[in-house]
Amino acid sequence: MSNLAVLPIIIPLIAGILLAFTNTNVRLSRALTQILTVVNLGVVSFIAWKVFQDGTIVLETGDWIAPYGIVLVADSLAITLVLTTNIIATAAVFYAPHSLSIEKEKHYFYPFYFFLITGVSGAFLTGDLFNLFVFYEVLLMASYALIVLGGNKVQLRESIKYVLINLFSSVLFVTAIAFLYGVVGTVNMAQIAERVQEVEQFGILTTIAILLFFVFGTKAALFPLYYWMPKSYIVPNPVISALFGALLTKVGIYSILRVFSLIFVHKIDLTHETFIWIAGLTMIFGVIGALSTNNIKLIIAYNIIPAIGFIMMGIGTFNQAGLSGSVYYLVHDMIIKTALFLLVGVIAYVAGTSDLRKMGGLIHHYPVLGWLLFISAFVLAGIPPFSGFIGKLLLLKGALQGDHIFIVIIALLSSLLILYSVMKIFIRGFWGEENPLVEKRTTKGFIAPIVFLLLFSIFIGIGAEFIYPAIDSVAVYLLDPEIYIDSVLKE
Amino acid sequence: MEFIVIVLAGILFATAIYNLLQKQMLRIIIGTVLLSHGAHLMILTMGKLKRGKPPILEEGVANYTDPLPQALILTSIVISFGITSLLLVLAYRTAKTNNTDNMEQLRGETNE
Repeated sequence: MSNLAVLPIIIPLIAGILLAFTNTNVRLSRALTQILTVVNLGVVSFIAWKVFQDGTIVLETGDWIAPYGIVLVADSLAITLVLTTNIIATAAVFYAPHSLSIEKEKHYFYPFYFFLITGVSGAFLTGDLFNLFVFYEVLLMASYALIVLGGNKVQLRESIKYVLINLFSSVLFVTAIAFLYGVVGTVNMAQIAERVQEVEQFGILTTIAILLFFVFGTKAALFPLYYWMPKSYIVPNPVISALFGALLTKVGIYSILRVFSLIFVHKIDLTHETFIWIAGLTMIFGVIGALSTNNIKLIIAYNIIPAIGFIMMGIGTFNQAGLSGSVYYLVHDMIIKTALFLLVGVIAYVAGTSDLRKMGGLIHHYPVLGWLLFISAFVLAGIPPFSGFIGKLLLLKGALQGDHIFIVIIALLSSLLILYSVMKIFIRGFWGEENPLVEKRTTKGFIAPIVFLLLFSIFIGIGAEFIYPAIDSVAVYLLDPEIYIDSVLKE
Repeated sequence: MEFIVIVLAGILFATAIYNLLQKQMLRIIIGTVLLSHGAHLMILTMGKLKRGKPPILEEGVANYTDPLPQALILTSIVISFGITSLLLVLAYRTAKTNNTDNMEQLRGETNE
């Protein structure tokens, strides 16, 4: 028991409250945000180091002994994702002052950004299903405020759909929790896992599992529940899109990973087999979406969907290689999606449009931008030695071990098409004749955060020898729910 | 008792879904409100409905009301209240700027 587990939640929360009072002084807000985010990154790195050294840190809040109180469980999976979240957040806050207008910064961008981080870290760390719902609402509330920031016509139109679909799935989440509580009589995840094995009412439990899967699938943008996502993710400012694209859908997929590796493992042949098919369809339809449009922001937003499919494929195969691939890919995708969203944000800014048909010849003025996009496309598609390659390799290995040859073919084909969809931006946007009407703009300040993220991506790829054992231990840990249960409900 | 409340929750869900499928924005919002009511009733019923029993477990108290669903429902009510008020403001602003409250016309053009 240690208070360390609460720090990744409490630091952004206090920071958010603090910054709500300094909103009129933009320079102070910026400085405070950047300092506090870096401090938080440092603290989280320390906790992560400690977790990988000494094992899971469990905090029973208010000294209510588990399973009666709310527990926060900083295990290796949760803390890896919290650390990734904070790396992304650091890049985003250094990008934000250049991308946002002063007006938007004054209207509480920074407090809501911190509340978003609070919600995301909380959702990763909590060991209580109802508390997970509460943290979902924390992050969704912050995202509702961020998505309408600016309040223009298109933004309002898309955000109402975003709010409605999320509200609907949240209510279903509560209903599913109510059902589960009716069956097992607890909301503590470790105790649910324990009791699910004992009650032996597999019919109703599988129904609840599917209901929960529907909820998380909506948040994670899985086929066929992704339709709300791409258009609403492109309407806010690029830095907000980047945070959404990297964090929100990933919280959904994390929940699936957690719930279906810890609690509902009693009917793997039904649930996890379905996951593989859903993963395949998610990849196919996501890639088709990405190829269908000429809007560069929409291309990247659609690219979130196949990535979710890849992670889902690892969860579906449910063996050591598959799960470590999922975790690897999750970390990789969070970082590279942020980088890509930030990158197309700059491209749209310097080109003055996000329509590919009106672009061209950007490489003459912005060579650095062009090469960054080129590398990002390689990282995203999984060209060795970058991080996507290792993740995909593990995922494919897992699928082959489970004899799922079809999904391997789909995955490889969609990787190719992902590469093409991003290369399209490079070919159509950067090659060719430049548009003489567009004035030249400075990219100062935009580049450093993107390079920072890409360096991480490259490090995860090239330094796989260093990272892989840690990720592999996470997969071993996920395959044995007993470790989690014991660490929370220690006698 | 539980049976009646569950049926009531079911009716609330059905009405909510009907309203959610309408085109007018205000009806959709009413739909979400009814939906959350249905969910809250569900939680309450899952802890078994008993009258006149204290929600505490003590030495000697054999018959008690389950306190957890009440804690959950309270949290959930506060959250859905907050979101509903936000949604109403958002819907008002959306209808004002877009000059329509019909979801059909709020679809947006392709490839914009």
